[in-house]
Amino acid sequence: MSFAKLSASALAIAAVSATTAAARDNVQVAGSSTVLPYASIVAELFGENTDFPTPVVESGGSSAGLKRFCEGVGENTIDVANASRAIREKEIKACADNGVTDIMEVRIGYDGIVFASQQSGPAFTAFQPADIYNAIGSKVMKDGALVDNSFNNWAEFNGDLPDVEIAMFIPGTKHGTREVFEDKVLLAGCETTGAMEAMIAGGMSEDDAEDACLDVRTDGKSVDIDGDYTETLARIDTNPNGIGVFGLAFYENNTDKLKVATMGDVAPSTETIASGEYPVSRPLFFYVKKAHIGVIPGLKEYAQFFVADEIAGGSGPLANYGLVADPELASTQDAIANEATMGSGS
Amino acid sequence: MTDASMPTPETGRHSVSLTAPDARTRKRAQAEKRFRAYGIIAIATGLFFLVVLFTSILSEGIPAFKRTVVSVEFILTQQDREEAESELFKTKAYSNLFVTALKTELDERGLNVDINEDAIERLLGKVGGTIRTFYSENPDKLGQPVRFDLAASSRVDGYYKGRVTREAMQDSRFLQKSDLDLVDAMEKAGIIKQAFNWPFITGADSGVDNPGGAGIGASVVGSFFMMLVVLALSLPIGVAASIYLEEFAPQNRFTDLIEVNISNLAAVPSIVFGILGLAVFIQFMHLPQSAPLVGGLVLTLMTLPTIIISTRASLKAVPPSIRDAALGVGASKMQAVFHHVLPLAAPGILTGTIIGLAQALGETAPLLLIGMVGFVARGYPDGFVAGFTEANSAMPAQIYTWASRADVAFYEKAWGGIIILLMFLLTMNIIAIILRRRFERRW
Repeated sequence: MSFAKLSASALAIAAVSATTAAARDNVQVAGSSTVLPYASIVAELFGENTDFPTPVVESGGSSAGLKRFCEGVGENTIDVANASRAIREKEIKACADNGVTDIMEVRIGYDGIVFASQQSGPAFTAFQPADIYNAIGSKVMKDGALVDNSFNNWAEFNGDLPDVEIAMFIPGTKHGTREVFEDKVLLAGCETTGAMEAMIAGGMSEDDAEDACLDVRTDGKSVDIDGDYTETLARIDTNPNGIGVFGLAFYENNTDKLKVATMGDVAPSTETIASGEYPVSRPLFFYVKKAHIGVIPGLKEYAQFFVADEIAGGSGPLANYGLVADPELASTQDAIANEATMGSGS
Repeated sequence: MTDASMPTPETGRHSVSLTAPDARTRKRAQAEKRFRAYGIIAIATGLFFLVVLFTSILSEGIPAFKRTVVSVEFILTQQDREEAESELFKTKAYSNLFVTALKTELDERGLNVDINEDAIERLLGKVGGTIRTFYSENPDKLGQPVRFDLAASSRVDGYYKGRVTREAMQDSRFLQKSDLDLVDAMEKAGIIKQAFNWPFITGADSGVDNPGGAGIGASVVGSFFMMLVVLALSLPIGVAASIYLEEFAPQNRFTDLIEVNISNLAAVPSIVFGILGLAVFIQFMHLPQSAPLVGGLVLTLMTLPTIIISTRASLKAVPPSIRDAALGVGASKMQAVFHHVLPLAAPGILTGTIIGLAQALGETAPLLLIGMVGFVARGYPDGFVAGFTEANSAMPAQIYTWASRADVAFYEKAWGGIIILLMFLLTMNIIAIILRRRFERRW
C-alpha cells in the first residue's frame, strides 16, 4: 500500500530530523517588535558578511521575548532576547530560577516615540505631556477639582489645539513602548496638570498616585493597539482626528502620510533624541545568554557585529533606518568582547 | 395532502377560470418569484464582494511583480575584492565600489544633472550582498566586465509605481527631490528600467531596509515541506481512523464520544494547536524551533478532523449493497473494504484531503507560536532533510510579516504574496474539483 510506504517514510524522516535537531547552528532571537526591524537588518547583513548562517529573528513583544529567554538553557531555548526596555528584577529572578544566570545586556541605541496624525488632518503640531494626559488620563483636573475625564475635544483644555474630538491610539500593555509612554508622557503630564498633587491631597500614597496617573480612560477615546505600528497607521488613515504613537523610524518611513507634532516644544529627530532634548525616548536592548556562547556558533560574533561601529554607529545602516546611535557604543563593544554579564560590575 | 382526492364541495369553485390564475395561485407564484429574487441578490452580493476582493488584491499586488533596476556594466578587480573582503562590513565596501563605478559611468555619459555619490547611494537598494554573492560564486569573472541588474531603492521603485510623487514627497535621508531629476536622466540613458521581478518569486526574506531584495521563494519551499508532513501523516492516520470507525468499530457510547470529539476538534481555533505544538513538540520533544517539521505536525493536528469527517462521509456514501455483495461471494470484511469500498470512496477522500491541505496552507495563527513568523525565511534549505529541520517560514506567515513593516514597499510585497498564495490554493481546489467530477460515482 502506498499509504503504508508514505507513513513509513514520514516516520523515518521524523526520526532522522529528531536526531539532527540536536545541532542547531543558527542564532535564535525573539522579542520586541520595536527592535525587530533593526535585528532583521543586522541578521541579514550578518548572514551576508560572515560565514555563519543567518540568525532567525522572531517578534512577539519585549515581555514575551524575555519570558522565552528565561525558560532555560539549552538548544531548544532562544539565545538572544530583544527588548525595548531594560530587563526587570522579576524577570532576572525568573531567569535565575530556570538556570539562566549569566545574562549579557547590550544597549544598541535609542529610539524616539513620536506623536503623529494624518498628513491632511487638523493641525496637531505641538503637544505638551499635559495635553496628552488631559486627553486620555482617567482622572483629570477640571476647574480646580479632580474629576473623571469628560473632555471630548482637545480645545476644551488647550485653546491652541484643534477643536476636534479626542481619538488617541496608544501602544498596548504588551509593548515595551507603553512603559516609556507612561513614564515620560502620562506621569509627566499628571504632575504638571496638578492631578497627582490632587490625588495625594485626596489621601492617596505617592506610589498609589503614580499608579493612578497611568490609568487611561476607558470610554473609547483612547485605544490600545496591541499590533504593530502598521495597525496604528491604518487607524489614523481612517480617522482624520486620530493621534497615533509611533517609533521615530516608522514615522520617517511614512512622512508622506503622517505629520509629526513637537513634544514639549522639541521636534523629534535623531539629533534631538541623541542630545536628550526630545523628552520621549528610550534605550533599546538585547540580552544574550552567556551559557550559549561557544555552544551556538556565531552567537558572540552576532552580538559583536550588531554593535560594531560600521553597523550601529552614526553612519551605519541602523542609524540610516532610524535608530539613534548610542554615544557610548565603545564601552558596549568592550563589554561584549569581555563577555561581561549583568551585575558583574561593568 | 389528502384534499385533492376528496370529493370537492362545489361551493365557490364555479367562478374559477382555468386560464386566469386565481388570487391564491398568484400569491404563491409571487412568493416564489420573491424567493428567487432573494437568492439572486444573495449570489450577487457574494459575487460583488468577490470582485471587490479580487480587484483590490490584483491592483495592489501586481506591481510587486515588477521592479526597478539599475543596469550597468561593472568591473571588479582582484585587488578591490581583497580590500572589500578585509573589512568587517564587506557588503558595504562592495556597494561603495559599485557606487563609484556608476558615478564614473554617469560622468562619462555626460548626463545634464548634478551627480554625487550620496544621491547615487540613495537611488540604489542594498546591492552589496548581491555583488558579493555573485563574485564568491563566480571568482573567474573578476576583472571582466559583468552586467548587473541591481534593485533600485524602494522609493525610486515607488516613484515608478506611483507611490512616491514629486508633489507629496518630502526631502529625507531616504530620497530628495533633486534625486528624481537624476532618476529621470538615468532612465533616458537606459540605465534605470523596469523589469520582471524574478527575485520576488525566487528570493528569500530580507531585512526591513531592503525591500528590493525580498522574495517569497524560500517561504514557498517552507510551505511545501510543511504540506509534505501534513500529507504524509494526516492522510494515512485520517483514513485508517475513519475506516475503522465506519466499518469495524462497534456502535456504542465510546465510539459516539469519539465521533463527537472529532467534530469538536474540527471547530477548535487553530491558535490552540499552536500552543499545543509549542508545549509538546518544542518544549517536551525538543524538536527544532521555527522548523517546517514542527509546523507540519501542528497543521496535521488541525487537518486530521477535516480529513476524517470527509473520509467518513465518502465511505458512508458507498451503498451497503457493494459490501453485501462482496461479503456474499466470500470476501472477508477487510477484503470487502480494501478491494471494493475504499476504491469507490477514494475520489471523495482525496477531495477532502486536498481541501484540508489548502486550509492548512493558508493558516498563520499556529505558526506564530512555534517561531515561524518574523525574519525567518532567510534562504533555501540545503538538502531534503534540512528542508524539514532548518528554520523557515510559510507563505501566509511571510505575508503577515511583510504587512507589518514600516516601508510601504513591503505592503506591496504582501499583496503580491497573497496573489501567489491564492494561485496555489486555486490550483489545489481545481484539482479537487476535477477529481470529484471525473471519478465520483453516484448511486
